[in-house]
Order: sequence, then structure tokens, then C-alpha cells
Amino acid sequence: MKTIPTLSTCTPLNDSELADLRDQFPILSRSTASGAPLAFLDNAASTQRPVCVIDAMSDCYQQYYANVHRGIHTLSEESTEAYEQSRKVIASFINAASEREVIFTSGATASINLVARTWGDQNLREGDVILTTIAEHHANIVPWHQLCERTGCRVEFLPLKKDFTFDDETVHQKLRELRPKLFAFTAVSNVLGTITPVKKWVHWARELGITTLVDASQAAPHQPLDVEQLDTDFLVFGGHKMCGPTGIGVLHGKENYLDSMPPFLGGGGMINRVSVDGFETADLPDKFEAGTPPIAEAIGLAAAAKFLRQIGLDRIAAHEKQLAQVADEGLRLIEGIEVIGPSMSHKSGIVSFSIDRVHAHDIAQELDHLGLAVRAGHHCTMPLHRHLKKSSTTRASFYLYNRLEEAHRFLEAVQQVQKKFTPSGRKRSSRPQD
Amino acid sequence: MSNEQDIYEEHVLDHYEDPYHRGELDKATHSHEADNPLCGDVVHIDLKIDSEDKIQEAWFSGDGCVISQASASMLIETVEGKSLDEVRNFTAEQMLGLFGPKLTPNRQKCCLLSWRVLQSAIHSPVDDLPPDDDGGPDVHFGGPSLGEES
Repeated sequence: MKTIPTLSTCTPLNDSELADLRDQFPILSRSTASGAPLAFLDNAASTQRPVCVIDAMSDCYQQYYANVHRGIHTLSEESTEAYEQSRKVIASFINAASEREVIFTSGATASINLVARTWGDQNLREGDVILTTIAEHHANIVPWHQLCERTGCRVEFLPLKKDFTFDDETVHQKLRELRPKLFAFTAVSNVLGTITPVKKWVHWARELGITTLVDASQAAPHQPLDVEQLDTDFLVFGGHKMCGPTGIGVLHGKENYLDSMPPFLGGGGMINRVSVDGFETADLPDKFEAGTPPIAEAIGLAAAAKFLRQIGLDRIAAHEKQLAQVADEGLRLIEGIEVIGPSMSHKSGIVSFSIDRVHAHDIAQELDHLGLAVRAGHHCTMPLHRHLKKSSTTRASFYLYNRLEEAHRFLEAVQQVQKKFTPSGRKRSSRPQD
Repeated sequence: MSNEQDIYEEHVLDHYEDPYHRGELDKATHSHEADNPLCGDVVHIDLKIDSEDKIQEAWFSGDGCVISQASASMLIETVEGKSLDEVRNFTAEQMLGLFGPKLTPNRQKCCLLSWRVLQSAIHSPVDDLPPDDDGGPDVHFGGPSLGEES
């Protein structure tokens, strides 16, 4: 993974640029149920879409939509051209060697399941090991548990250090000791924000002949990705966390891997020919895209990728990091509040925290009342929360359209919430009759 | 600017900070516990039910959000002296009414946790094995659960 540049190495988003940028997200000007102006800090769950993404999908439906591939008519040819052009845009977005390595799926979860059900079933046997980290999203745990149930292999988890980062030495040692068949890990933790050293870990795995899968769901929207440089065997991400539509995700796989794997879903589109006796699988990437694909979604995702590129992924990373730093460092100064994550030098724009003796859902509810959208719960990381001995946490996650003012508003609101729920000698009485 | 009711009204916060009968009951005749696994709220209820099928004494313990704990306190305060029939006839809608502020479907689950536990507790004598089903009456409110998210 490239190091996230500091503000000194790229031009920050200036105020007028940020104002123009926010204008492209009409949803940001609404208010919450309480009437407070919205500060949207739930971007690690899903981001908002700019008008150019909505327009790209709307244009598709209004002007040239038809099913792709094999349609011998104008609309189908135009749709096919736009769909395959989108694949080229995504291939370039992650610097894939070829667009045959880019498979459109319904999301990052579907991408991981595809690998588990094809490569996993083909290559894992009883006693084999899958190595992952304790900080994974359920999407990068459950498909492996399911694979264990089918094959008798097992999953091992890398622990976190006290500072919420991973010990490189332990990682290297576990790779040598356990000789896992697969090393599946997140590029950025969706709770801690911890950035893992993808390039280094993949390199170690490569030297030992271990296959790698990287969950880039929290990385693709926020920093430049180069799969050639990272050398991952599989890398996955979804569309809706990077200003794109829901219902679409990407599986990048090295061509030799994808070629050697059996197809996943069977149906139209993934075959060259079918007879009463059997079928012949289509070439990449069609082999893994059975059924009518998410056409307008792919077109929307390409528009999102172009939009992010135009602003500059480096600059987006620097911008959100600047805001997260204000929130992170501010929270650390407040007594009774614990930041669940490493220091800013090791993390992205995600700031999770807990307040002593206040439940995360009460925090989120009250922040919503004050206009701030955050997420509370276990964030699809139950093993991580158990590891941290927390039932739930509250998470603020920043993106390119957030303003410095919102980070300050967040800090003030958290203190208001803390005060509201701090015991103050209240006495219960019967409910006042009205 | 707002017509939103404050969920955390004074009465709710009072019950949260100064709950009624929070603790364990030594000589409980009936008892039950359940949780909302996705948000981690837990409520345990102990009851002393007399020979005339009346709830003589009720206590609760647990852990969780303001809504789950304050509503449990309100319920326990209400239920003492009531007959088992009255408890059985006390509906989920009445429980939400007892709590007061209007809740979104996701937060209704927090409020109804203690109600579910109570409905199971009256069928759970302490000497017996707990029933397999921890759910009480199979009533579903609202949309997807809180907590299971990206």
C-alpha cells in the first residue's frame, strides 16, 4: 500500500473547492429528523453519490439501456460498449494488468464468497489453514468458516497489539509456522481504521507460496490502489463505499488464478456453448458473470471512479485524515472517552470510540438528534469486539465532502452527549400526569 | 424547527439513574434472562409469585442502553401486585405506551426486551430448566436489527 501522503506532499482541498464539491452531493444539504443540519459521518458504512454518478445511471436508463452482449441492435450494442468501457475504467483505477482480471460482482461480500466457493473449494483440504486477522469484517470471516465446514480446513486469527496495530514479526512468524494456504486480510480496518502494510505482507506470503486475498473495501474509496505493485492474488471492494451505486462490487484476480478456477454461478453469459450433455465455460471475465450483470451499476461505478480520480485519491486521503485527526486528538483529551484505534500515523479517516458507562446506541441516537450521522454497534466485527472486550463502539468516519467545521461540531456534540448521560443525582418519581 | 420528541426525556433518565428494584431477588420463585445479541442489551428478571398467582415482588438486573434499562425499571415498578393474568394481558403496545416517548422500530426492540423477559419469567419457575426458547411471545417489531452493519 502506498503511504498516505501528508498535506505537504499534495495540495489540500481548499474551501471553495470543497464548497463546489459538496454542491455535487445534493443529499448533504438536508437536515435530520430533529431539524438539525446533517453532518454525514457514516461513510465507512456507505458513502453518498455525486450528481455525476446518478446522471450516468439515469442517462443509461433514459437513453440507451438494453441487455448487454449478443444483442444485435443499437441499444444493446451501446449498453455493451458502456458496460465494457466501465470495466476498463475500473481496471485502470486499480492498475490491473488487463480488464480480463476485473470481475463485476454484487459487492465485496459476493467477491469474497466467489473466491471461497471456487478457488477455496478447489484448493483447501482437511487440516489446511487460512490465516486472517482479528480485525476483519464478517464478510472476510464467515465465507472462510463456511469453507471450513465444507472441507475441514481451519481459520487462524492474527491478534492485535495494545496500540491497535499488528506486529509484523508475528505476522511473518505465523506465515512461516502455519504455512497457510490463504492469507486473507483487510487493507484498512472498518472499525479501528488501522492501515495494514499490504505490500509487505503480500511479499512475505509470495515468498512462501501462500495465496493472498485483500479486502480493500475501506481502502479503494480513500487511497490510490495499484494491484500490480501490491502483487495481490485477489483484491475485492464494493461500489457503494466509493460514491458508486449499491449492488456492485469488484473482484480483481490474477489472470492465472481466475483461469484455473472453476466457474461459480452457472447460467447465461458464463458459457460458450451448452448441450444436453454439459457446457463449455466462457473466457474471462464472462466466466464469472452468470446472468444479466449489474449494467447501470457498473456504469455508475465507473463514473464514481473517474470522479474520485479527478479530485485525486492522494488529496482525498489527506483531506479526510486532516478531519479525522481533529476528531481523534480531540477525543483523546476528554476524560472518560476511549478512542478505539491507533494513533493517526497508522490509520485512515475512521475514528471509533466509547464513552465510559454510556451505551453506543444512546450515543448515536443523541448525536443524530444533534444532526450527526454516526454508526454504533459491532460494525460487523463481532470477533474484534470480543477481542477488545467491548459489546459495541461508536464510529465516525470522514470522507472527501466533510468539512473541518463538522469535525469540530462532532467533538462538541460528543461532549454534550457525555454530559447528558453522566449521573447527576436524579431521583425517580411517578410519571407526571398530563 | 423540530417536532421530534426527545426520547431521553427526564422521566426516562430518572429511571435510568435511579432504577426501581435493580438487583437480585434471593427467594425468587420465577426468573428469566434474555439479550438482544446484536446490541448487547441484557435483562434478567426475578419474581416472587404467591399462591394466589400474584406478583409479590419483582427485581431486575442487566446491562445495556438507556432505553432497555429505564424501560425495565418502569416495567418492574408497574408489575408488582399484578396478577399473572394481568401480566399476560399486558401487550407490547402497552409496554411502549408505558415507556412514553415514541420509538423508531429499531429502538422498540430495546424497550421490549424487559417485556419479553417478563412474559417468559412467569412461565419459568426457578427450579426448572429454563425453556429452550428465550424469546417469549414471538412478536416482531420493525425493521432490520441495529448493529449488523458495514
